[in-house]
Amino acid sequence: MADKMHIKMTVNGEEQEFLAEPRELLIHTLRERLDITGPHIGCETTHCGACTVTIDGKSVKSCTMFVAQANGADVTTIEGIGDPDNLHVLQNAFKEHHGLQCGFCTPGMITRATKLLEENPNPTEEEVRFGMAGNICRCTGYQNIVKSILAAASEMNAAKEAAE
Amino acid sequence: MIPAAFEYYRPKDMAGVLAVLEEHGDDARVLAGGHSLIPMMKLRMAEVPHLIDLQDVAGLTGITIENGTVRLGTMTTQATMIDDAALLAAAPIMREAALQIADPQVRYMGTVGGNVANGDPGNDMPGLMQCLDATFHLVGPDGDRDVAAREFYEAAYMTDREDDEVLVAVSFPAPEGGYAYEKQKRKIGDYATAAAAVQITKENGVCATASIAMTNLSDTPIYSEEAGEALIGTSVDEAAVEAAVAAMLGDIDPTEDNRGPIEFKRHAAAVILRRAIARAWSRA
Amino acid sequence: MKDDVTREERVDALGGMGCKRKRVEDARFTQGKGNYVDDIKLDGMMFADFVRSPYAHARIKSINIDAAMALDGVAAVLTAEDLKPLNLTWMPTLAGDKQMVLADGKVLFQGQEVAFVVAKDRYIAADAVELVEVEYEELPVITDPFEALKSDVVLREDTVDENGTAVDGAHGPRGHHNHIFKWEMGDEPATNEVMDDAEVVAEETMYYHRTHPCPLETCGSVASMDKVNGKLTLWGTFQAPHVVRTVASLLSGIEEHNIRVVSPDIGGGFGNKVGVYPGYVCSIVASIVTGKPVKWVEDRMENLMSTAFARDYWMKGKISATKDGKITGLHCHVTADHGAFDACADPSKFPAGFMNICTGSYDIPVAYLGVDGVYTNKAPGGVSYRCSFRVTEAVYFIERMIEVLAIELNMDPAELRMKNFIKKEQFPYQAALGWEYDSGDYHTAWEKALKAVDYEGLRAEQAQRVEDFKAGKTRKLMGVGLTFFTEIVGAGPVKNCDILGMGMFDSCEIRIHPTGSAIARLGTISQGQGHATTFAQILATEIGLPADSITIEEGDTDTAPYGLGTYGSRSTPVAGAATALAGRKIRAKAQMIAAYLLEVHDDDVEFDVDRFVVKGAPEKFKTMKEIAYAAYNQAIPGVEPGLEAVSYYDPPNMTYPFGAYVCVMDIDVDTGVTDIRRFYALDDCGTRINPMIIDGQIHGGLTEALAVALGQEIAYDSLGNVKTGTLMDFFLPTAWEVPNYETDFTVTPSPHHPIGAKGVGESPHVGGVPCFSNAVNDAFKAFGLRHTHMPHDHWRIWKTANDLGLHG
Repeated sequence: MADKMHIKMTVNGEEQEFLAEPRELLIHTLRERLDITGPHIGCETTHCGACTVTIDGKSVKSCTMFVAQANGADVTTIEGIGDPDNLHVLQNAFKEHHGLQCGFCTPGMITRATKLLEENPNPTEEEVRFGMAGNICRCTGYQNIVKSILAAASEMNAAKEAAE
Repeated sequence: MIPAAFEYYRPKDMAGVLAVLEEHGDDARVLAGGHSLIPMMKLRMAEVPHLIDLQDVAGLTGITIENGTVRLGTMTTQATMIDDAALLAAAPIMREAALQIADPQVRYMGTVGGNVANGDPGNDMPGLMQCLDATFHLVGPDGDRDVAAREFYEAAYMTDREDDEVLVAVSFPAPEGGYAYEKQKRKIGDYATAAAAVQITKENGVCATASIAMTNLSDTPIYSEEAGEALIGTSVDEAAVEAAVAAMLGDIDPTEDNRGPIEFKRHAAAVILRRAIARAWSRA
Repeated sequence: MKDDVTREERVDALGGMGCKRKRVEDARFTQGKGNYVDDIKLDGMMFADFVRSPYAHARIKSINIDAAMALDGVAAVLTAEDLKPLNLTWMPTLAGDKQMVLADGKVLFQGQEVAFVVAKDRYIAADAVELVEVEYEELPVITDPFEALKSDVVLREDTVDENGTAVDGAHGPRGHHNHIFKWEMGDEPATNEVMDDAEVVAEETMYYHRTHPCPLETCGSVASMDKVNGKLTLWGTFQAPHVVRTVASLLSGIEEHNIRVVSPDIGGGFGNKVGVYPGYVCSIVASIVTGKPVKWVEDRMENLMSTAFARDYWMKGKISATKDGKITGLHCHVTADHGAFDACADPSKFPAGFMNICTGSYDIPVAYLGVDGVYTNKAPGGVSYRCSFRVTEAVYFIERMIEVLAIELNMDPAELRMKNFIKKEQFPYQAALGWEYDSGDYHTAWEKALKAVDYEGLRAEQAQRVEDFKAGKTRKLMGVGLTFFTEIVGAGPVKNCDILGMGMFDSCEIRIHPTGSAIARLGTISQGQGHATTFAQILATEIGLPADSITIEEGDTDTAPYGLGTYGSRSTPVAGAATALAGRKIRAKAQMIAAYLLEVHDDDVEFDVDRFVVKGAPEKFKTMKEIAYAAYNQAIPGVEPGLEAVSYYDPPNMTYPFGAYVCVMDIDVDTGVTDIRRFYALDDCGTRINPMIIDGQIHGGLTEALAVALGQEIAYDSLGNVKTGTLMDFFLPTAWEVPNYETDFTVTPSPHHPIGAKGVGESPHVGGVPCFSNAVNDAFKAFGLRHTHMPHDHWRIWKTANDLGLHG
């Protein structure tokens, strides 16, 4: 076993400090060390995206990052995207348009979608499908996920226009 | 899928990287985006007792275009290649190829250096670098060294890079003319069944230069000089294209895998190259 | 309730059956607050990992655990030797066979469980797995069932006597030491006679390849043995938690009341989580041995290699007809590759599930089905992947046979189907292979589907495309895939359906609270189907309280009534019926209370949406909310206080959902790449409880069908190595590879189901697979293709085109 490292990172706005083996995968750090169990483990080979989090502004599959690499990083998970009193538009849209079934892919899916809409606030259906292609869902066939994201985009754009 | 334990280093400069490499030889490896290496470590197919993370090393990112030469720092991600307007203007094939690599999350992490240095025949950038006649810039204990991309690959995961060297940048002359990166794959996230990188220039309706390279059709990327030559001086008519395809088929050596038997791979390579040439020529 | 509220508004306020109620489950899932098995964390919990066999067939010469045990943090390494004193080295399978929990002297498939390492965390466990030294002696590997039936190699030495002769299995005599069972239905001599005299006979052999349900969450369990109180709690990915409790009790000897099994949120099942796996058993043993809670969660490679494959059927068919296309008989023989242990999750009396639904939607007077199960060096399983038991195989078989017969007859396949459908007036219809179809109106559905897609227009376009292709104007062909399927779901009547002896009824228990809200508990368990939403809708309509005031709970055997779980689209047909009937018991008591409160005779009040009204005097009423309160706060002569009911429902018959699907596909002949241009799905699942959820189920099932038809397979090399162990090679489509689907419906209620519902979750998979496959086959029909096997991935389509000479 290698020596433990002193790790500091910000997760959902909170400073975290702990000792960990460098090989610890970030997904395990989040789920087992910090009890942030929204991101899930699906495939472990970067194909499914269930473990997707946002790290320093990038969508990242946290099963393929060592905690050592994330030392000093700013991490946002589904838990940091909205809270029960203040849900993100996407969280509501997924419910409204039946964008989920078993719910296992949903945290990664929504986390990725927040970033997608940040980069492309007005995507076409094709752009949504391409931009979400790193997240696998086994239940929905994606049709309602795409619908949810497009609806969220419209709603966010409308809110932005109203604010201007 | 849990990797074996390792010592982790995150040096701030190349001297720090080289020091670890020198001390531990082939027990040490550098980590860029990690999206090739980490899965191998998790499957315990790669044992890396000493892992050197390059993320804090100064000077390894960034795209510069000067005097007709495009240079990408080794840590430049595929996402950056897709978004960079200057790169799009100078070498649009980079974006076209990068968009066909894996998926958005992987492209945020995957780097040009990791993609070309790993020597995985499934990676797309090595073939592209053959096409662009790129130069790989290595730094080692004895100083800097440049290697032509076309001389770099020896076999699967075997390259000209010494264990104590680090690939710090790739550069290539800004290509002219038409381009195409055509890739057949089974799904998002898959390696190519067959892929072709083509750059063509046209003068007075005739092909002036042509560069053709293929991905995942041998244990190394394949630069097919003869295929390019078959097009030069022609109007890229059917006969010329077929001559190029025939030349390419003489250079590749695919193996059977879940994507199909050898006969299919060769067929797909021909189809994909024809399409790549047609698209590149239409843009020339 | 105010008087100005209309009846319609009162109906709407309930959120009952038929409305697109939003899901109550979604709040927690969209906020990352689901509670899946790997989210469970208990004090002192240990983590376990398997040492697995790298070989498909080998003798184990020795296992040395010393180095692993010496690793700091390792608590135990279990091997078969440790399980022997507990009599747990082997466990019974759901199919009447037995399966090694940990390798007992030999291994029979790659990835088989050899030793179970228990450590302080998953990292130490993984390191310790590497330190367990196992010495193997390789044995000949058989991955082909036909070869297995000819081979001298005895795969399962435990199933032969001292002379090497196969002893009888759970389903009777076995013809060979690698043979598991022969199952026959129908009348073979009569079928052969019809075939011999038939004007037209079409024959085809088709391989339905091995695949895997691959839910996004893998299988896992957490066992916690409380030695102080003698109680075992087991959390896990169980589609049938009550059966798991019974099995756990029988295996462990712990009395059933001392075992609590909990299925928390389940990240998709699709059949993968019906069976009982070695990991579950080992986690229990390890918790007993170490005195600590033990978690085991498989990784994706382990999931694909070891738990629950699906299909792997070689189907040989013969179908006969008159010259004008009236089908006269059907003969089907299946060679079923079950892998190393027969661990199929079928009702006990059905070793090939409901494969005998293979006469499909057609009025076929005589038929025969024979199935031979065979052992090979492949993983055990044989689960129903998003279908009722082997129904996907059956529907694929008949829908391909119809296409082949259409070629033989030179008849349009849509017309051939229309000509042979069971007629509306023939229901209930007695099929030649034993089933009694409850209801259907196939002609109406088929006409609606063909009209919706402009079938004739599609055929004209296709003919033009063939001309253009022949003229060198295009390299793309167009396929029109047709399917008309009949599912058989809702297992099942206790008289013929049981799992390990437990009748396949299901249950619902309701408690109405004094203030007019309620909790209902069921014997099923949702894995994404939205039970908490839809079962509340059934109850809302039945008992007149708003769905939003009804909590649905499932999956905890300490609180929920016994039921057989969720798979085979059985939740709505069986537990949904129990729910409606329990609701009606509530209503019956409420009627007495209402009559008392309104001071009239019981027969003088009637139920109306959310209340009981005095007949002929609708202004005199008591709402269900008022009645609920009265049930708790006043003494009513002759009526017990409280308002509760429980119903155990033994269905009188299966239900038979059906549907009409059309797929329009363009195929690039040069690359083998397929493009789904259009997919139209008409489903008839009887009464529709929540159209939004039905559509979601159809989108998902079609996507799983697309995957299976176009590339998803578990493939082995000749040494028994799994070639498709990660999601790089095992095809799960992303949003990029999937089209939008058009959904449509007709409604033909089940006559025997209390609310007329039939179940829908699996129809799109069952109907989708042959529809995609028929589209591929259809595209090449003009060039002489009769049949090509799935999966239709790029290279196989290229090969089809190449074999037909389409590459010049």
